[in-house]
Amino acid sequence: MGEMEQLRKEAESLKDQITAARKAVADATLPDTVSSTAVVGRVQLKTRKTLRGHLAKIYAMHWATDAKLCVSASQDGKLIVWDTLTTNKVNAIPLKSSWVMTCAYAPSGNMVACGGLDNMCSIYNLKGKDGNVKVMRELAAHTGYLSCCRFLSDSEIITSSGDCTCLLWDIETGTQKTTFAGHLGDCMSLAVPGDFKTFVSGACDFTAKLWDIRDSNCTHTFSGHESDVNAIAFFPNGNAVITGSDDATCKLFDLRSDQELITYQDSSIMCGVTSIAPSLSGRLILAGYDDFNVNIWDSLKAERVGVLAGHDNRVSCIGVSTDGMACCTGSWDSFLPSFSFKGQDNVMRLCKQNKQQYL
Amino acid sequence: MPVINVDDLTDLDKAKMEVTQLKTEVKLERAKVSKCCEEVMEYIQSLVEEDTLVKGIAEDKNPFKDLKGGCVIS
Repeated sequence: MGEMEQLRKEAESLKDQITAARKAVADATLPDTVSSTAVVGRVQLKTRKTLRGHLAKIYAMHWATDAKLCVSASQDGKLIVWDTLTTNKVNAIPLKSSWVMTCAYAPSGNMVACGGLDNMCSIYNLKGKDGNVKVMRELAAHTGYLSCCRFLSDSEIITSSGDCTCLLWDIETGTQKTTFAGHLGDCMSLAVPGDFKTFVSGACDFTAKLWDIRDSNCTHTFSGHESDVNAIAFFPNGNAVITGSDDATCKLFDLRSDQELITYQDSSIMCGVTSIAPSLSGRLILAGYDDFNVNIWDSLKAERVGVLAGHDNRVSCIGVSTDGMACCTGSWDSFLPSFSFKGQDNVMRLCKQNKQQYL
Repeated sequence: MPVINVDDLTDLDKAKMEVTQLKTEVKLERAKVSKCCEEVMEYIQSLVEEDTLVKGIAEDKNPFKDLKGGCVIS
């Protein structure tokens, strides 16, 4: 038997053992556990602010930990830091490369980062002495596009790439400390939990992986999606992960039982999920789709309890602020038609401006 | 630490990587799903009252409400 054939058989046998081990602990299902829980009431979110200023598609946004500021990245070649309460632009940072695909706000609020088809992650210091925002570091080593980045602190950042790897960087020296390899397809997104000890990545090999940051090992691999995993986030308790895929579904995977708990799908939804975020408690999951909508799911009952319509193009990014008070969506659209929802809560929209740019 | 170029890996390399990874994952201690579901429910219940997107917020407490008063100079 050739070595390849032997390895293939060994892999199959191990996969069977893992399937059996997962089955052995599957003594309940989430739907059964929550059968006596009522579905959350219809959720109607009201657009409170519209953040206008970008001149081209918005690809990413990320809230600052103060829940007031956020950063957005557009292929107009700008990073904009917004004060969401006033809609003022705090910073408009011109980028060397306009092909940006991701951005991130450091937990401290001192820095932002972005990257994209330049294969690099550029770090910007927002608190420079003379008030100008300058590039602090350009982290170059990936051999593919930068799909996502997230700060662990002012000195460390994790990046995911179309080269199928994720990297942990030392920002001060500008060098990579750890390589996380294992995905067999482009890494599309990553998420870091509150304790900053692990992170999860979603990839075009249809899987999500959980990694230990310090020892670089992948500890869990979650399969089940039938297409690229574009979006990933931690469930707020840090013990579960939510994913969104081109297969038009979202899934909840539990880390401790190492398996899927539930799938969020509807036969009427046939387009890919681009972005995902849980509400503060985790009861709601907000997911952005290629059909220009955001669907709001009751995470326990797996029913759709709301829709945010109103963008004119693909919803590319979504984020819920750290205090859970507001949700911000970003889109490829050119303008926001006026509309109103009755209701309670806070939605902000980032959309491209079709008029004169003003800064 | 060198960047691993996935394109350079042969099918054999990938197969070896896969087996090594599966050997790690097969050893995971897995908790009972019933317990995990309970924990998810309890966590949600402990925070849902403060979850603005679920429960809503009084207009006067909403930091994103329209700023009223003052005048517009154009």
